[in-house]
Amino acid sequence: MKDRQRTETSAVPMLEVRELQSRYGRIRALKKVSVTVHGGELVALVGANGAGKTTLMRAISGVQPITGGRILFEGKDISRMNAAARVRLGIVQVPEGRRVFGAMTVEDNLRLGAISRSKNEEEEGLERAYDLFPRLKDRRRQLAGTLSGGEQQMLAIGRALMAKPRLLLMDEPSMGLSPLLVDQTFEIIQKLAAEGMTIFLVEQNAYVALSIATRGYVLEGGVTTLDGSGEALLHDPRVKEAYLGV
Amino acid sequence: MLAEFLQFLFSGLTVGAIYGLIGLGFAVIYNASHVINFAQGEFVMIGGMATVFLMKAGVPMPLAILIAIAGAAAVGWVLARFGIETARGSTVVGLIIITIGASILLRGLAQVIWDRNFHALPAFAGDTPIQILGAALLPQSLIIGTALVLTMLGLRLFFEHTRIGKAMQATAIDPLAAQLVGIDTRRIVRLSFVLSAALGAMAGVLVAPITMTYANVGVMLGLKGFAATIVGGLGNPLGAIAGGLIVGIAEAMTAGYLTSAYKDAVAFIIILFVLLFMPNGLFGRAEVTKV
Ligand SMILES: Nc1ncnc2c1ncn2[C@@H]1O[C@H](COP(=O)(O)OP(=O)(O)OP(=O)(O)O)[C@@H](O)[C@H]1O
Ligand SMILES: [Mg+2]
Repeated sequence: MKDRQRTETSAVPMLEVRELQSRYGRIRALKKVSVTVHGGELVALVGANGAGKTTLMRAISGVQPITGGRILFEGKDISRMNAAARVRLGIVQVPEGRRVFGAMTVEDNLRLGAISRSKNEEEEGLERAYDLFPRLKDRRRQLAGTLSGGEQQMLAIGRALMAKPRLLLMDEPSMGLSPLLVDQTFEIIQKLAAEGMTIFLVEQNAYVALSIATRGYVLEGGVTTLDGSGEALLHDPRVKEAYLGV
Repeated sequence: MLAEFLQFLFSGLTVGAIYGLIGLGFAVIYNASHVINFAQGEFVMIGGMATVFLMKAGVPMPLAILIAIAGAAAVGWVLARFGIETARGSTVVGLIIITIGASILLRGLAQVIWDRNFHALPAFAGDTPIQILGAALLPQSLIIGTALVLTMLGLRLFFEHTRIGKAMQATAIDPLAAQLVGIDTRRIVRLSFVLSAALGAMAGVLVAPITMTYANVGVMLGLKGFAATIVGGLGNPLGAIAGGLIVGIAEAMTAGYLTSAYKDAVAFIIILFVLLFMPNGLFGRAEVTKV
């Protein structure tokens, strides 16, 4: 186990974002963002409101144009690849605000998650998703828009898992959830990480994110300014002051 | 009295079904891309005109119809691929203007390639009307009604029981989330143009035996189809069908009881009325729960 981890970290990183830039018209949302995620890691990037977290996630998924820098997946430059091709590679995102297809059933939402996979994989994935989230099985014929916030979060995660991610991107999974549901969601994230899933999550809620992360980054005004182990960042005075209100 | 009313109703339902089919095309494209395709009427024209000229060249009618519909679908693909996609990053209004340009171009091309004359297609099942309570029902009307019902059933199967149909629904609900699950939304937009063009061309073929066809026939039919979608609620396919029937019946009643001089004005009065008083159409936009 130790050996595997060492070889994996020394090998080509799963995701490497190099000096990425992105803008909305004249607004420069990402100025210089560099992030590395190795296979099997759970990496958290924390940043305040408007720091550029969502823009970064969208750029990695290929739905936000970049104006500079590069995105490498397993050493290969994917900067010009379209979003659907990136999902086929295994880069799958749970978007901010969950964005389930409200007017469609829970099961249709899950099945759509597997649209880049074969019909067989779709059926297998569905079984796994229902094992992981039995609630969703009970509600599978219900419209996704009628689910509670917590259930929608499960659906959004389940839908992403249907695509057989190799790298799971999560944009602010704690958003809009009660403290109890935030805990539940982060338990699921930890469980997935323990099973070997590579996860890159961005959060405003720095405390929960850094507590479970192997490594972390701080994003400020479109620039990654700090990085270190989750533990180290949690105790860094600059992080404490800015994000943990200490 | 009753016979007269029935007569107007039959004719209203017949043209209404055609408007509904055209309106359906508007809805399909709107859902995939939020573009209102003002070249929809030209797809209708291509359906009718291509069938006429293929038959003049000796192609048997059923084959001519299939080729005409396939040809219109191909034109739809070209419009999506080279008109809409190359202008990506342009605003929706920009894209709508592109469709207006395409409609003018297609009309011009039709006049050059074909001609400027009026043409009729033979009715598919003869001209002998069926008498119902003193009113005459044309066999072509029955064919149009049947085609409408079959189209609705077919689309239902497509949207609710196929992967690609569900992908189209998802794209209509939330294009960004659709892309994030791996749906190639550009392909969906192309498919929506192909599907709408085929629907429009089919309407054009069906209506040609009743109203004649010519290079500019799509102008008025396109606007009537647009009225159907507005009445039914933009992006609501079933609403478009209902809207088409409403516009068709209103038109036929106006022509029958008042004067046919105002017939074409009816659709515009309905559009204005709906836009002013119920901007979401009579049935509302297909409810989408946003979270
Ligand atoms: N569609 C847009 N058009 C213009 N500016 C935008 C757009 N989306 C985001 N921005 C701007 O880009 C910057 C980064 O936004 P982004 O949404 O990436 O931040 P974030 O870190 O995800 O914030 P939050 O914590 O609120 O989700 C902000 O200044 C924001 O105002
Ligand atoms: Mg955000």
